[in-house]
Amino acid sequence: MLNGERITKIVLFLTSLIIIFIASGMVLTLMEGAIPAFKEFGFKFIISSDWNPTDGRESYGALPFIIGTIATSIIALLICLPLAFSTSLFIGEIYRGTKLASFIGMMVDMLAGIPSIVYGLWGFYVLRPWVVDMGFNDQGYGVFTAGLILAIMVIPYATSISVEMIKMVQNDLKEAAYSLGATRKDVIFSVILPNARSGIFTSYILAFGRAVGETMAVTMLIGNSNIIPKGLFDTGNTMASLIANQFGEADGLKLSSLVAIALLLFFITGLINGFGKLLIKKL
Amino acid sequence: MKMISILKKTDAQVERKWDARFIKDKIFTGFIIIFSLITISPIVLIISKLISKGYKQLNWSFFTETTPNTYQAMLAVNLGEIIPGGVLNGITGTILMVLIASIMAIPIGIMVGIFLYENQTKKYAVIVKDITDILQGVPSIVLGLISYFWVVKYITNGFSALAGSFALFIMMLPLIIRSTEETFKMIPVSIKEAGFALGAPYHKIILKVMIPSGLSGLITGILLAISRVVGETAPLMLTALGSMVVNLNIEKPTSALPLLIWEFYNDPNMVDLIWATSLLLMMLVLGLNLISKYIISKRNL
Amino acid sequence: MSEINVNIKDAVLEINNVSVAYNKGNYAVTNVSAAIKRNKVTAIMGPSGCGKSTLLRAINRMHDLYPNIITEGQVLLNGKDTNKMSTIMLRRKIGMVFQRPNPFPTMSIADNVIAGYNLNGISLNKTEKEEIIEKSLQDVALWNEVKDSLNQKGTFLSGGQQQRLCIARALAFQPEVILLDEPTSALDPISTKKVEELLMELKEKYTILLVTHNMSQAARISDNSMFMYLGELVEYGKTKEMFINPKDKRTDEYLTGKFS
Repeated sequence: MLNGERITKIVLFLTSLIIIFIASGMVLTLMEGAIPAFKEFGFKFIISSDWNPTDGRESYGALPFIIGTIATSIIALLICLPLAFSTSLFIGEIYRGTKLASFIGMMVDMLAGIPSIVYGLWGFYVLRPWVVDMGFNDQGYGVFTAGLILAIMVIPYATSISVEMIKMVQNDLKEAAYSLGATRKDVIFSVILPNARSGIFTSYILAFGRAVGETMAVTMLIGNSNIIPKGLFDTGNTMASLIANQFGEADGLKLSSLVAIALLLFFITGLINGFGKLLIKKL
Repeated sequence: MKMISILKKTDAQVERKWDARFIKDKIFTGFIIIFSLITISPIVLIISKLISKGYKQLNWSFFTETTPNTYQAMLAVNLGEIIPGGVLNGITGTILMVLIASIMAIPIGIMVGIFLYENQTKKYAVIVKDITDILQGVPSIVLGLISYFWVVKYITNGFSALAGSFALFIMMLPLIIRSTEETFKMIPVSIKEAGFALGAPYHKIILKVMIPSGLSGLITGILLAISRVVGETAPLMLTALGSMVVNLNIEKPTSALPLLIWEFYNDPNMVDLIWATSLLLMMLVLGLNLISKYIISKRNL
Repeated sequence: MSEINVNIKDAVLEINNVSVAYNKGNYAVTNVSAAIKRNKVTAIMGPSGCGKSTLLRAINRMHDLYPNIITEGQVLLNGKDTNKMSTIMLRRKIGMVFQRPNPFPTMSIADNVIAGYNLNGISLNKTEKEEIIEKSLQDVALWNEVKDSLNQKGTFLSGGQQQRLCIARALAFQPEVILLDEPTSALDPISTKKVEELLMELKEKYTILLVTHNMSQAARISDNSMFMYLGELVEYGKTKEMFINPKDKRTDEYLTGKFS
């Protein structure tokens, strides 16, 4: 029987198919677009560090950008770790419930709201000169500068999830430790962190996932050279920044290579986020 | 007696160590405070930079005129004057594309959100939910690429506002779906049951009971989704491309505020316009955030 | 208010004019004074919201953790002002057991018992550790039940066992006074009985201060009782005398069940 309720349910169900269509269409389109590149280079596409668009000698490999992505994201994570860790303890434990904590929390939320391109600008005009002044390299571009801006960008994500996890630690466990003579530091290290450990870990995984896919700010700071960066202050490219940079003049095999990199990026971020979500579900 | 010796030793150690432990605790707290201040310092630095460098350009013509060309800008800079023109083409482009994206994303997002809420335990719904989460994590540049292949190549046969909107739409969709679902989960079941008890049909309950009671949550979710996409640059570079003039034709290339920032960044003569445009974009994003915060706080009263 | 006659030498704790306010001016405990006798079980009873837990938590300065709670007055431990002691020293001497069993879920049973030592950074050698763990668990009659699973997490234990583990955790640190905040309210009758028997044995070595909303529990196990009402200490005396012949009308009404 086709009554009103049934129709509503069918309509809702059909709408939900849109999500399936978009997601599967996305994978199919990326795969289809990547076929020429994978046909030409095969598995070598992933392990080759050659990126040569010269006509006739065209050769594309994704390795420099995979390494660039991992390097910038790890730098971002390492810088983000102590800062997000401290800030989440500040908001979630030490000043919990105070006006000060909600003020700091609001500032962290604002950090999350700044568009990537504004971060890029600020990084270009403020951070990059600092890196030059410190004498790390002449231009200030490079993997480190990009990682630094990424760190600032992902701190809010790591912080806000960590705060939730820290707040979830039961108060009576903390009180039990205090009643045995523990100081706040003892309580943080012996009770809060062991209990919130997996949640805090997850927050860093998700922050890492965000860093991997960030585009504009990285594009403006990494120096955009298509080689494997040899050091912290060497220039490079990430998978996302490469697409942003090279898309404009790309067609044929080069476009296909960019799509192949987008496909890799899609899978990498999907894996990282899926892993993070799985951990959260287990909590 | 062993226990007595342990007791004495414990007392002695507690007595001897507590001073040092309090100091360590204070030092630790000090580090936490310093690191937290470092964490929030970028927001202060960024906003003060945008304001101090950008406010001069925020005049009437900034909002009413379109982007100047490089030559005009260079002349003005050389004469030490404020660059003429404004970012009207970016403002209209951003509004146009966000509007179209919202028109697509809001109804679909809310409906899928309702579907997930109504079928929480069903396997298919769980899969849809997981896919939504995956979509949320897809880098925006990849979404731009998708919109390029679907809309630019097949629908508008060229860079267009519609292609930009479509990329923003895919970005907004998971955000609205999840916020709708969360909002509905917070509505007491009794409200829904009261509707059923009155014999109201299913779609009426959704439209007349569920959506009105969750309205503030839905609006908050929508505003946050808009604030997330309004500053997006990368997908628009691959889809909307940019335009020097105000364009309201959804099949034609269109500019947007973040695209203009990118153009100004790449043009040494336009540098002065970067800050004002960024300031405007920031105010837009933070304004949307503030409004949604205000709605949340009112709901909690 | 009727004062119990306590020779000052017998008093472990002297509570002098203690008041506790949540936020300014909002008093939960007003002007309570009492001396707590050594090696006795002292019960604090009264209807819920009368301030009995708040008073208990003032003794080991748990209120210091919350900036909005203000404690006035003075508590002397063996004649020394606890406000002038460090909270570490104070809580080392005064253990606490909470309403809901709260063993540390990330620590093994053994580590839970010696948590006081670990948290305070006190080094113990292996034999000392083993001795403390065995003795404390035997004191709470839990040794035989868990001696084969000392290295497992305590989460599989029943509620009653968990609460006894928490008492063992407090005992292991060898305090002088143990504060118990309605320790049986989350337990079944059989577990409750075990804990009560345990408390009566423990008073040989410790001074026990027990908050309870259950009058019959106070009658069963306490030597002395306080009755609190609306933040005031209404009556304090030997439990038997108070139950047979309460001096205050409000105590009488409470004990005869006119309110609870």
